[in-house]
Amino acid sequence: MTAYIQFLIDVLSLGGAYALMALGLVIVYGILRLVNFAYGELIMVTGYTMFLLGGSALPWIVMAAIGVFMAILAGIATDYVAFRPVRAKSVTAVLITSFAFSTLLQNAALLFISPRPRNVPLPDIFSETVHFAGIVTPARNLITIATAVILLAVFAWVMKRTVLGIAMRAAATHFTMARMLGVPANLIISTAFAISGFLAGIVSLFWIGRIGSVVPGIGLEPLLVAFIATVIGGMRSLQGAVLGGFLLAFIDTGLNYSLPQDLLKFRDAFTFSLVILILLWRPAGLMKGPASGQRT
Amino acid sequence: MAGMKDTALTLAILIALVVALVVGAEIAEIRLFGRIATNLCISLVLVLGLQVFMGNSGILSFAHIGFMGVGAYTSAVLTIPAQMKGMALPDLYPILAAIQLSPYIAILIGGLTAAVVAALVSYPLMRLSDAAAVITSFALLVVLHTVMLHWSEVTNGPRTLFGIPKATDLYLAAGIAILAIIGAMLFRESRTGLLLRATRDDETAAGAIGADVSRLRWKAFIISALFAGIGGALWGHFITSFSPKAFYLRETFVILGMLVIGGAPTVSGAVIGVFLVTFSFEALRAVEASLNAARIFTGQVVGLTEIVLALAMIAILILRPGGLFATMEIGVLLGRWRTKVSEGEKR
Repeated sequence: MTAYIQFLIDVLSLGGAYALMALGLVIVYGILRLVNFAYGELIMVTGYTMFLLGGSALPWIVMAAIGVFMAILAGIATDYVAFRPVRAKSVTAVLITSFAFSTLLQNAALLFISPRPRNVPLPDIFSETVHFAGIVTPARNLITIATAVILLAVFAWVMKRTVLGIAMRAAATHFTMARMLGVPANLIISTAFAISGFLAGIVSLFWIGRIGSVVPGIGLEPLLVAFIATVIGGMRSLQGAVLGGFLLAFIDTGLNYSLPQDLLKFRDAFTFSLVILILLWRPAGLMKGPASGQRT
Repeated sequence: MAGMKDTALTLAILIALVVALVVGAEIAEIRLFGRIATNLCISLVLVLGLQVFMGNSGILSFAHIGFMGVGAYTSAVLTIPAQMKGMALPDLYPILAAIQLSPYIAILIGGLTAAVVAALVSYPLMRLSDAAAVITSFALLVVLHTVMLHWSEVTNGPRTLFGIPKATDLYLAAGIAILAIIGAMLFRESRTGLLLRATRDDETAAGAIGADVSRLRWKAFIISALFAGIGGALWGHFITSFSPKAFYLRETFVILGMLVIGGAPTVSGAVIGVFLVTFSFEALRAVEASLNAARIFTGQVVGLTEIVLALAMIAILILRPGGLFATMEIGVLLGRWRTKVSEGEKR
């Protein structure tokens, strides 16, 4: 029984982080039909902001807020640098400009800060453990679950009930029609990037909380996770992204528990092969999004 | 549409560029130039391989560098001298340990292995378009990288694999680069290439006139992997020691950058992109080295070249989304220009 609860907590905490990451990627993809390769670097931005603030006397929560704010700014910058100038011209061009922007940010960190890992300040509660019902788990895992639940609920409410959310969903369903009805296109897209940055920033706190330090290449793993989760769940559906995140966490944790040691190092290869298989079976992912409209 | 004459002119110009490079490197007689020229020729093979798939199908592929790795490791395992193998690859399977081939044969086998692997894994993937295709190719790169990183018996794991005999010199690399130019051009003008370009421009319409989209893409993908495998093996026999790190995102970025700056849809774009990026890279690297030597900054200057390449890529894509040679081969452009001039004279 305790083993099951342990497994459940592992899946939910990992899945919560994965779901938020996937949501950040899919919110942009849903509207623009374009993948943001610089998404992982938003996580890096929060990490380095926290590192730079690390020496100051600010309370941790303020540092975290500034870190998340910087990720939001970086998200909006991605729109202005990599997406807005080329998005009407060519799909491939945008994929490559966002890939280039990602390399740009990474190498800027390499050049101006350091290629070596840098320590990030963490609150004490992150390193504590909780004992209950015979199981031991880091408090961080429970905080991740709580944060994910709250954020997902708020996010669902925003998308369903507010003018902004409805306008964004309208833009994701049929962009041209939404524009004709007076939805300001560029504002909606920038907002999507800002939300994307916000989610990445929040996830970054937990992601870096696990590792304790930040390196220029830190964004790659979260980016891959977000990719896979959205592909499994359905590239066009917000619910799908959340489902994909939890499903991927279930697969990953399941493989962690069940694979023998000498196969465990190939876990990523297994996971990715599974993704390829799912895509073959359902090229649009598990959940279908709204019917496709035009871009631009 | 490009006529035979224009195609021949394009080929002549592009091959002349490679020949000029070799002659220039020989005359200069500086070892560094020889190295740069050889590297450039290897990049040509890789970028042309990517052009065969990406340029004609219009689908971005991230997996290309993975197949470069397959070629490099295959050729390495087949050529490391038997007495070295005990040290370089202590856990190698006994059957493979006994084999020691000539590097020239092994390079070819490296290319073929990459093509076979590509043929096996990619057929189902070719049904996908747009973002799903890009993400799966990215996933494929990660799978290939993970395998290279952990299959210690064959790749020595994440550690550096050494002891690969040096076989690639400037002449071999340039020769294969010229073959690659001809091959890419022939494919582009072939029936398969033409149909594939039709699917790139309008998938539905091309399907409606009977083009088998996924099969066409599959063929191009296999040829593309063949180029990548040969390029990887050439590189392996040039550099003589490498680790799986060499076949991942950084290399992907450089190769993509070359193709995109030049213009993915044309062979001329691929070739000229390689020349432009290689030369500016070397110039920047020299700047980086002199900055480091002069100790202007406290730390080492790293990553400057990538930053400049990234900025150049973004700038070019904003100004010319298709790259420098977006639609027409250089021969066609020159042909048009000539007709214009002669028409002007008649008047």
